[in-house]
Amino acid sequence: MDLFEYQARDLFESYGVPVLQGLIADTPEEAAAAAAKIGGTVVVKAQVKAGGRGKAGGVKLAHTPEEAATAAEAILQLTIKGLKVKRVMVAQGAAIDKEYYFSVLVDRSNRTFLSLCSVEGGMEIEQLAEERPEALAKVPVDALRGIDLAKATEIALAGGFDAEIAAKVAPVFVKLYEVFVKEDATLVEVNPLILSKNGEIIALDGKVSLDDNAEFRHERESMERDELDPLEAKAKASDLNYVKLDGEVGIIGNGAGLVMSTLDVVAYAGERHGGVKPANFLDIGGGASAEVMAAGLDVILGDPQVKSVFVNVFGGITACDAVANGIVGALAKLGSAATKPLVVRLDGNNVAEGRKILADANHPLVTVVDTMDEAADKAAELANK
Amino acid sequence: MSIFLDKNSKIIVQGMTGSEGMKHTKRMLAGGSNIVGGVNPRKAGETVDVDGTSLPVFGSVADAMAATGANVSVIFVPPAFAKSAVMEAIDAEIELAVVITEGIPVHDSASFWEYSIQKGNKTRIIGPNCPGIISPGKSNAGITPWNISGAGPIGLVSKSGTLTYQMMFELREIGISTAIGIGGDPIIGTTHIDALAAFEADPETKAIVLIGEIGGDSEEKAANYIKDHVSKPVVAYVAGFTAPEGKTMGHAGAIVSGSAGTAQAKKEAFEAVGVKVGKTPSETAALMRGVIASL
Repeated sequence: MDLFEYQARDLFESYGVPVLQGLIADTPEEAAAAAAKIGGTVVVKAQVKAGGRGKAGGVKLAHTPEEAATAAEAILQLTIKGLKVKRVMVAQGAAIDKEYYFSVLVDRSNRTFLSLCSVEGGMEIEQLAEERPEALAKVPVDALRGIDLAKATEIALAGGFDAEIAAKVAPVFVKLYEVFVKEDATLVEVNPLILSKNGEIIALDGKVSLDDNAEFRHERESMERDELDPLEAKAKASDLNYVKLDGEVGIIGNGAGLVMSTLDVVAYAGERHGGVKPANFLDIGGGASAEVMAAGLDVILGDPQVKSVFVNVFGGITACDAVANGIVGALAKLGSAATKPLVVRLDGNNVAEGRKILADANHPLVTVVDTMDEAADKAAELANK
Repeated sequence: MSIFLDKNSKIIVQGMTGSEGMKHTKRMLAGGSNIVGGVNPRKAGETVDVDGTSLPVFGSVADAMAATGANVSVIFVPPAFAKSAVMEAIDAEIELAVVITEGIPVHDSASFWEYSIQKGNKTRIIGPNCPGIISPGKSNAGITPWNISGAGPIGLVSKSGTLTYQMMFELREIGISTAIGIGGDPIIGTTHIDALAAFEADPETKAIVLIGEIGGDSEEKAANYIKDHVSKPVVAYVAGFTAPEGKTMGHAGAIVSGSAGTAQAKKEAFEAVGVKVGKTPSETAALMRGVIASL
């Protein structure tokens, strides 16, 4: 999960990372009140998880509460990179002397943590990495030892800081690492980290990504999250692993790899059938029961874009007869609500029994096809009708 | 021969008495694996009857090894306790630890991987979030159904469980030396490269199927490794060409970030070193049948 900027700011503050005042506002009135409370010049910033907010008009300076209200009104009407702005943060203005960059992240390629640091902050880090790679230090961080003051100083010096400023930023790096570890983050980035005209180090803008696998040891129920697509919300309520896509062939399969593969095979088949594409990713998991199959079908048949459904199961741990019973049971439960054709491909454990169950049920919507490639072709053909 | 696991492997199960652990201990036994005990500190000293086989439960991996001579551990411990379970296996210096558990926080995997390095990498870690490893006809450490394919000359390494099963099934008439599911998490113990190196050295393995998916750069590194170090024929398959950017596709590690980790880039990396890439699993299997026929 990626955090909104204001959530990152609040998190930083709770760990003692120096930040400026920032208050969220959902209306121009709230923005004016926030600006009055903070006092002086403020920055009104769109809270969307997208880069390039400034260029899109999502960041505006305001010298008075009235100006803040006007800025918020304009920003709250924006859609930036497809994301509607619903909230702004009103942040205290800063007198910037210098802009720096710091991040710490999970480096999967090297199976460790990595810190990136540069005295040349402010611009997009990808751009800096490309244009001036020598200005961006990449320092591996031992996952067991982490970043203590000595390591933080090493990182700062590698990033091009002089000794005096390194001594100022290093304690902030230590605190940011604490955020990274204690919050189970996969990324903590500050860009820019600034030196103010008063000589203070301040984290002006932050990006934090948290590990979904670690949710069990954190209290995050009350955090604002991205609004889910209604079908994704429904799938989530049934504990299904579902991603909405933009095509016509609904997909149900077992195992993440096989489902990804199924999407690809359907897309190839679609090239022969009017360009139809997969409508979703849905993994019902290794030991899928009839109930899970029914819940999955229910979600997919609720997608108005879906014209046909491809059920692709390899019976490994799951037996094909259980899957077949799940399909028959789900169709019976859905009754007349099930109106779209289903192409089913079963292979593996108890495949003969599974195919027999489907043949005996002889449901008018169900077509059983022996191989994955042929089944994908059939599903694409039906979606193109 | 086979790699990492053979008929002499003596297996213990960490988390055997839990529901998943018990279910798969039964399956492994049914498939002929030599399971010699389980580990659960709260049930140490007890004996568990598993479909007619009486298995002792030990308080620690070290105790289990001392009593049984076990050299492989399969770990089914829930995510919250998995890190300490893996570290315990590393401390005991067991040869192979197969981590089946899905949903382990990546900070925990990074920690036990670092721990393993600092302890001299004496324990080979497979996973986490994987189906384990099977050398058909010899032993099975994990959740791969034991009866999909018999033994044969093809080595298989894959990030995905069900694609492993699918590929074993497609190639069952030729047979598999060893199939390893390396797992779909961002940080894993055994990589594509580790498996390629072992298959290259294994006289029983004549050809290799490599299955990858979006996310990370394991496939690109593997392609590079094949160029210089693998003389046996390799056929590859990559899943996730249609995956949208920024969405996690089931596996925690299966995500395209910006322009990094795309299926297209992985395919191109393989093709650049002369490795044929199947467009679908069936086509990949057909390519491998062609390779075997020409040997």
